[in-house]
Amino acid sequence: MSTAAARFLDAAGSITRNLRHRGLIQTALRKYESARDRRKAAFHDWESARQAAAETKWEAINHLDEHLVSFADKLESRGTKVHWCGNGIEARDLIRTIIRDAGAKCVVKSKAMTAEEIHLNEALEKDGFEVVESDLGEFIVQLRKEPPYHIVFPAMHLTRDEISDLFEKELGSAPTREPEELTMIARRALRRKYVTADVGITGANFAIAETGMVSITENEGNARLTAALPRTMITLLGIEKVLPRMEDLALFLPMLATAGAGQAITGYNTLYSGPRQPGESDGPTEWHVVLLDNRRTELLADPEQRDALHCIRCGACLNVCPIFKNVGGHTYGTTYSGPVGSVITPHLRGLQDWKHLSGSSSLCGACTEACPVRIDLHHHLLQNRRNAASEKPSTLERLTWRLHAFLMNSPSLYHLAKECGRVFEPLRKATEGTVLDPVRSWTTTRTLPPVAPVSFKEWWRERR
Amino acid sequence: MNGRERILARIREALRVPAPRPGSHGHGHHDVPAPSPQAGRIPLRPVQQARAWLPPGGDTPEEQLGRFAAASADLKTDFHLLADEAAARAKLSGIASAEGWKQIATHRAALTDAVVPSLGIPSRNTDGGYDPEDLERCDAGITTCDVLVAQTGTLVVNSRTTGGRALSVLPPHHVVLARRDQLVGDLTDAFQRIRELHGEGWPSMISLVTGPSRTGDIERILVLGAHGPKKLTVLMW
Ligand code: SF4
Repeated sequence: MSTAAARFLDAAGSITRNLRHRGLIQTALRKYESARDRRKAAFHDWESARQAAAETKWEAINHLDEHLVSFADKLESRGTKVHWCGNGIEARDLIRTIIRDAGAKCVVKSKAMTAEEIHLNEALEKDGFEVVESDLGEFIVQLRKEPPYHIVFPAMHLTRDEISDLFEKELGSAPTREPEELTMIARRALRRKYVTADVGITGANFAIAETGMVSITENEGNARLTAALPRTMITLLGIEKVLPRMEDLALFLPMLATAGAGQAITGYNTLYSGPRQPGESDGPTEWHVVLLDNRRTELLADPEQRDALHCIRCGACLNVCPIFKNVGGHTYGTTYSGPVGSVITPHLRGLQDWKHLSGSSSLCGACTEACPVRIDLHHHLLQNRRNAASEKPSTLERLTWRLHAFLMNSPSLYHLAKECGRVFEPLRKATEGTVLDPVRSWTTTRTLPPVAPVSFKEWWRERR
Repeated sequence: MNGRERILARIREALRVPAPRPGSHGHGHHDVPAPSPQAGRIPLRPVQQARAWLPPGGDTPEEQLGRFAAASADLKTDFHLLADEAAARAKLSGIASAEGWKQIATHRAALTDAVVPSLGIPSRNTDGGYDPEDLERCDAGITTCDVLVAQTGTLVVNSRTTGGRALSVLPPHHVVLARRDQLVGDLTDAFQRIRELHGEGWPSMISLVTGPSRTGDIERILVLGAHGPKKLTVLMW
């Protein structure tokens, strides 16, 4: 068993017994669900909107080269520096160089999952830069030295009391139970940073090919400030973020907000097309847009699962996933958790090491149904399982299935097995859960249905 | 080969095998016509078609006003429809004295020029540059906007003609002055208006602002004023 899988099983085993955690997540997600349903009901036709969104992303991803060229050329024509990075190391080194060249000390950052993906903060802090996360949830998990719990709600696993304790310890604030007061503590702590930081780093939600614009979605205004005050701005985004036209946002912004957070549209959706232009009063004098591949092209090369690149990182599939609801975001040990993380992580970080995530699914399909761009998530989990098994077949598993098939194909053997089961049932019942129980790995968390005293076949025969 | 060419080459190589079209897995939605079988492309749908699926924005100006007002109430945007410029001046000076504004920031535009000076409060313009420390100390930022959207209660500001990137987001209260004819039905209309206004040369930032700054990061409880303005007021006449 690989270490990532062992860690996953271990963490999952303990957190699923944590009823406090489960209660917290379920309350948060119930609120999400009712808000989302209300917003979805306001759509004339949600299903057709999903189909249209899927087609638009299909067009963007299946002609990614053309769209990226247009995106980059338009940006460059307005004075933006566009960089293309093959992997995380390249991107990290590039960003470190930009920050060093800018003579910066303090870097203010708004939420960017791609930065988590390449472990940017650690690298910058090692270089001696102060990096401040400005999104409230990110700010909280940064103070706890934790990765974000959820791609949209980074601190959803914490209670107000825990946050108050954290602020008291790290920021010296007075304890409070009011979310409003806690938010204001963070606001005060971060205000100075916007005004004094030399570099601002943002992520991006969409890259508009036709006009050469980056679209950033947020509720707090922290990304707006990050992109307004520092002299140098850096935007890091995956190459898959492309949308063909600006007008496509009329569809994608409401869908992202509805599926992701149960909002009609997110508070701020901002299009950036360049650094400060002649005649403008503020904005960075330098803007670097960093396009990141980091094995996305490998996912692209798999036509069966290419649509996983359509993902707009709304988080809806996490919110409805029975596995996520039980094991929580940190258990996955990946940047992207939940169903979409289970689908793409094997492509981004190695199939054999991460195939266990595709196994940890009930295949209920709730994710596929929730996805605003109709990614066929639960089938992709199955495909990952198939690919992992055919790439590295397990002899034991193959033997088991062969034995099973043999048994099922022979009526007399099947009958014998059934009789044995019936005879040994009382014994099994008596040993259930102990070391003597032959199916203990199953019965420690579940109950095994008892073997019926009379089989259907026998019952039927008697009837006639 | 540089980074750009290397990545583009990898993409082109990957795309040599076509991918199945969305909905072709046999769970397509029956109301949606199948994408045309044109080789290798799905023609983009006309942008206006989005209207057939999205939440409505209202067909008549009255309906649109109603929707904008309802969305504003929902978002906790303070929206006032006023009779004329004089009423806007009175409303704004009422807000200013209620909140005890000591200094404010704005920018040059017909609407702000008509309303802001009458307040008699020290005011700085962000046009042509400003000191962020000064702006941070202002009690309110007063701006115009490009367009307002009934469907979502959104208003659109930009970095060139509505005061820059920070004026609408750094001070704790953002006040927007707008004319009735700037209100459109839905986002599709709004993007069309944005293109008409700026398509010849984009401002470096265009922002769709919907409600005051907000967060739900603590136990998913709504708090206003996370980093941006705690209050958003729209005065329209
Ligand atoms: S896979 Fe779909 S539902 Fe999941 S985060 Fe991406 S877009 Fe949202």
